[in-house]
Amino acid sequence: MAERSATRWLEVLATGPMVTVQDLGRPGRGDLGVGRSGAADQAAFRLANRLLANPEDAAALEVTLGGLQVRARGDLLVALSGAPCPATVADSAGRTRGAGHQAVEVLPDGATLRLGVPRRGLRTYVAVRGGLDVPMVLGSRATDVMAGLGPERPARGAMLPVGPPPARFPHVDLAPVTPFYAGEPVLDVLAGPRDDWFVPGALELLCSEPYEVTVDSNRVGMRLRGPGLARARDGELPPEGMVPGALQVPPSGQPTLFLADHPVTGGYPVIAVVRTPDVDRAAQVRPGQRVRFRLVRA
Amino acid sequence: MSTGHRPIVDGGELTGPVVDGGGPSNRVGGAGDAPVTLPIDESSTAGGADVRSGGRPRVRPCGDTALLVELDGVEGVLALYEALAADPPPGVTDLLPAARTLLVRFDRPARREAIISAVTRARPSGSRRAAGGEIVIPVVYQGADLADVAALTGLSPREVIDTHTRATWTVAFSGFAPGFGYLIGGDPRLHVPRRTESRVRVPAGAVALAAGYTAVYPRESPGGWQIIGRTELAVWNLAADPPALLRPGMRVRFVEAAPGEGRHG
Repeated sequence: MAERSATRWLEVLATGPMVTVQDLGRPGRGDLGVGRSGAADQAAFRLANRLLANPEDAAALEVTLGGLQVRARGDLLVALSGAPCPATVADSAGRTRGAGHQAVEVLPDGATLRLGVPRRGLRTYVAVRGGLDVPMVLGSRATDVMAGLGPERPARGAMLPVGPPPARFPHVDLAPVTPFYAGEPVLDVLAGPRDDWFVPGALELLCSEPYEVTVDSNRVGMRLRGPGLARARDGELPPEGMVPGALQVPPSGQPTLFLADHPVTGGYPVIAVVRTPDVDRAAQVRPGQRVRFRLVRA
Repeated sequence: MSTGHRPIVDGGELTGPVVDGGGPSNRVGGAGDAPVTLPIDESSTAGGADVRSGGRPRVRPCGDTALLVELDGVEGVLALYEALAADPPPGVTDLLPAARTLLVRFDRPARREAIISAVTRARPSGSRRAAGGEIVIPVVYQGADLADVAALTGLSPREVIDTHTRATWTVAFSGFAPGFGYLIGGDPRLHVPRRTESRVRVPAGAVALAAGYTAVYPRESPGGWQIIGRTELAVWNLAADPPALLRPGMRVRFVEAAPGEGRHG
């Protein structure tokens, strides 16, 4: 239905390593085994929508490590946020200009937006005024790679319908860019729920040395490499609910930091949980980069 | 950077894909009826009640927008889940029952104290009524692992089937995959371990046993449970609301069906 009523589309010319449609996910269905999913860096995602005067949950593209090329079918307004990519807009006559980051950009009918590879950060959001009007699955357009739920993956040649523009107009042309991706990001963690499963000093150890993000990382979570966190007890933890930001520790002692598409339940103890704003920042840390944890109180 | 479907769920020590039908990875073992020593939780903010004396919930921190409420067992979890679901405190976004815990997620950190007090104030009914009545699932008991289950349990295949159909099961919680319910309440003799090797592909509708639970695979997926039969009844339907047929608290009975029966119904 959405496709039939659309008058404007985003035509996918190239996807790069990975592109998904995301929104703010599908909360409220954890008891059915359905995770929330949604944009991995929600703060960046919301910002792109606010720039376009969209509702904050309007669906947009999440682009991992750049490489996306899309063409406007109909006049569009777009905004990029998250990991800053070198980006260009080429109009139908072939004239090319640079496209700003966290800025409202006009993409006239026939113009092509190309994203290079971000020098910092991992995930870039490409939002369109009106939002992507792909069919909803269980009340959301989010793509859950773990559960295999969500709209079709955008592939080369896909025509993504764009919804009608909202009544309100954008207030500003651009938002200041906060450069937080460099160096070793410090992520605040809260102890528990299962810190008592670990030897005394394990939390301090977690927060003393940096952990490297390994290549075994995706929207489900990031496997980390650093000081091993030893358990104080044997036995198995009955499965229990998980949250984004949970630092779950398998018997190897090397924690996994859960992101948007984490499993709804898990059976390894969670020593600490990253604060919600810092989960967004964690989602921008690249494999090979290191992070530090800092213990804070609720 | 793996950007595809390869999940990195718990089970980090396994090789290959670790979304494995066994449930949240391979950690289901022992989650059934094995006694678990509840830890003393010094950080509990729920009044520090002695859980052994009356099963009062104890609250563990779980980040800035969730609390993990610990209870004595599945019945206590389901009772609190149903009490809170019937009258959700403001700001609660998700209630996630599991084997011995109820995860309560909320929309912003400022809700924390109010939600702790709502959880401790909740008065779960002592005698839970089954949510949504009783679901009857017709099963053709010709699963590939039926003979293995018989050997493991010392029962005959016929006795395995009779034992499975005689019980009234309860959906304790969901996990592993959308609509994958962990059903408890079966005869302890049906307590079998997971297969030593997982299958890459288990068909939708497979009825299986592991670690004291039974389950119906909602969609085709990898899986490590012992398959004893198959149902044509769809337990997962994206077009339905709710999409999951088996939801926490529901009662379930399995009945034996002849091969081909109900296939087109």
